Amino acid sequence: MGNSLFGIHGMALELRAQRLGVLTSNIANAGTPGYKARDIDFAGALQAMSRGSGVAQAVGAATQYRVPVMSSLDGNTVEMATEQTAFAENAIGYEATLNMIQDRVTTINRALKGE
Amino acid sequence: MSSGNSAHPMTLFDASARAMSAQLVRMNAAASNLANAGTVAGSAQGAYRAMRPVFATVLDTRTGIASVKVQGVYQSGASPVQIHDPDNPLADGNGDVWQSGVDENAEMIEITDASRQYQNVVSAMQTAKQLTMDTLRMKTS
Repeated sequence: MGNSLFGIHGMALELRAQRLGVLTSNIANAGTPGYKARDIDFAGALQAMSRGSGVAQAVGAATQYRVPVMSSLDGNTVEMATEQTAFAENAIGYEATLNMIQDRVTTINRALKGE
Repeated sequence: MSSGNSAHPMTLFDASARAMSAQLVRMNAAASNLANAGTVAGSAQGAYRAMRPVFATVLDTRTGIASVKVQGVYQSGASPVQIHDPDNPLADGNGDVWQSGVDENAEMIEITDASRQYQNVVSAMQTAKQLTMDTLRMKTS
C-alpha cells in the first residue's frame, strides 16, 4: 500500500527519522560516563527493508556502536564532530527524501485531476 | 543505564528537554562551586566541597531513544586547604581556617563544556523541529 505508492522513499523517510533519534540520543549523552555512541547503517537498513523486513527489525540489525577516534577516560564514545556531521548529513537526507515524496504526491494529484 | 519507559513513548523532544535540564544542573553546580570558592570555615568538616553531578543514560526501549538524567550530585574529593590565619574570627584554637576545596579553573571549564553541550542539544532539537514541521505542512501544489 503505502510502500508501493512512495516506493523506496517511504522506507527511506522512516529510516531517516529513526536515525535522527539515534543521533540526537548521542548528542544528548555527550556528558554521560560510559555511554556508547550508536549509529544506524542507513544503506544496510534500507536494503533489509526493501527485501521485506519491518522497520524495527531492519533498524535493530543495522544499529552498530561507533568506533571512537580517540577513547576517553570515562568510557564515553561520543565525539561531537562525528555526531554533528552525521546529524547534518541525515537531516539533509531527510529533507531530500521528503521532497521526493512531495513531488510524488504532486504527480499523483495532477493525474487524478487530469491536468 | 536505566529504563525510561513511561506512559507514553519518549520523543526526540523529551530526550532533548531532559538533556537540557541535566546540563542546567551541571551549570548550576559549577556556578555554586565558583560562588563558594574562597569561603573559609572553622573546621575541615565544615568547609565547602565542590559539588559534581553525575549523569546516567535513560533508555526508552520502545523507541530506542536514549536520554539523560542526573543520577546524583556528589561531593568532589578535593580536600579543603588549611590556612593559618589567627586574625580570622572563625579560626580554631591553633589559629587555622579551612578554605573551600574548589578549583576555579576546573569550574570554568565545567561551565564552558556544559554550555556547549547544551547548545548542541538545542541545535539538534531545532533541526528535528524543522524537519517535523516540514513533514506536517507537506504542501502540494
